Amino acid sequence: MSRVQVLVGTRKGAFVLSSDGTRKQWAVNGPHFGGWEIYHVKGSPADPNRLYASQSSAWFGQVIQRSSDGGKTWETVGNKFAYDGVPGTHQWYDGTQHPWEFKRVWHLEPSLADPDTVYAGVEDAGLFRSTDGGQTWQELPALRAAKGHLWQPGAGGMCLHTIVLDPRAKERISVAISAAGVFQTDDAGKTWRPANCGLKSPFQLPDPTAEVGHCVHRIAMHPSRPKVLFMQKHWDVMRSDDGGASWQEISGNLPTDFGFPIDVHAHEPETIYVVPIKSDSEHYPPDAKLRVYRSRTGGNEWEALTKGLPQRDCYVNVLRDAMAVDSLDPCGVYFGTTGGQVYASSDAGDSWTPIVRDLPAVVSVEVQTLQ
Amino acid sequence: MIRVELPQHLRRLARVEGEVELVVESPATQRAVLDALEASYPMLRGTIRDQVTLERRPFVRFFACARDLSHALPDAPLPEPVATGREPLLVVGALAGG
Repeated sequence: MSRVQVLVGTRKGAFVLSSDGTRKQWAVNGPHFGGWEIYHVKGSPADPNRLYASQSSAWFGQVIQRSSDGGKTWETVGNKFAYDGVPGTHQWYDGTQHPWEFKRVWHLEPSLADPDTVYAGVEDAGLFRSTDGGQTWQELPALRAAKGHLWQPGAGGMCLHTIVLDPRAKERISVAISAAGVFQTDDAGKTWRPANCGLKSPFQLPDPTAEVGHCVHRIAMHPSRPKVLFMQKHWDVMRSDDGGASWQEISGNLPTDFGFPIDVHAHEPETIYVVPIKSDSEHYPPDAKLRVYRSRTGGNEWEALTKGLPQRDCYVNVLRDAMAVDSLDPCGVYFGTTGGQVYASSDAGDSWTPIVRDLPAVVSVEVQTLQ
Repeated sequence: MIRVELPQHLRRLARVEGEVELVVESPATQRAVLDALEASYPMLRGTIRDQVTLERRPFVRFFACARDLSHALPDAPLPEPVATGREPLLVVGALAGG
């Protein structure tokens, strides 16, 4: 029988939530790495026993953990993230140029085919790759040549937080950076181009349609249709039908189009999920009601999903990496909040149940569907 | 033999309990002790000092003999009681919230 394992990164450790395929009874295991910020935990699609975790601390810096037994035991691997050559400078808050400085790993994206190959998206924004299971890391420095001198940090730092690997074109990678935008390569990182045509940021940029500088919060793709990308931007929900060459707004009837995560149903490529947040300065749900919005039409027409979610006095946020789907039928949808709740839906979002209510603030949620 | 006392998070990371004992050639300096510590416990690389610049991380402090040695030069000799193993070198997470 199938099993589901939910990998949760929090401000004070990692947790592994597991259930059988019915997704009714859950076991909570953790905290792993208690007291450390766990920005991301993710399993290899090529070997579900291989997990990677980004562990960081303001005191002791960055640590990378690796598990080869599905999260039962962990070992530290390499944590030397040295930018290639002289790292150069980017825009700073006061308009001056500021040197690139490594701060932390926001996102780990294991290769679709090789358990020992994994990408790391870091702050200050850069992309690293390991081909030896995380022991050593090499930067893909050409990314920063894509107008990196014009990138500047948003309030959350200048982080590379999204890495999308194309299942059909193995040298094609899309990444998203706050606050710089989307960048793509078709040659495994040798050359990169900005992919922000159609994005509009009238209150964040002096030129609302600038080639770089957009605060993209998350992009998502269904593996069966890699040419279709969905985006939650700082404001605006967007889609691209040409692999990122151009973007169109699909916010439609959302109560607010600000938010952080966006994800796609495992079996319905036109069914997508977002969690609207009131505004860029009020990071909680509008009307104090926690609502996931689902579109079954690839955007523009959205329905509120509320069953099982708090509909009064709710002031939590859902961060960009804190939503994921399983691949069971019906599709399971999961998200974690800054209030420490992890909610699960085993019916594609129609109804929700908290798996746990009182974890530390949730930073990331990933799901493994296991046999 | 140099004695080093690590903060709890680093003891857990290094999978040690209590103090760590290191053989360090004379003269015992901060740099020599950290070199020996990282050689014995590679998982501590980057957690006490930056791996590229080798500068002490901002929220890490070095105490010994009731003194703050955090700002001492890395190649300055450590106090005699530390160098002879009578007193431990304390690696401390700086006082901060969180």
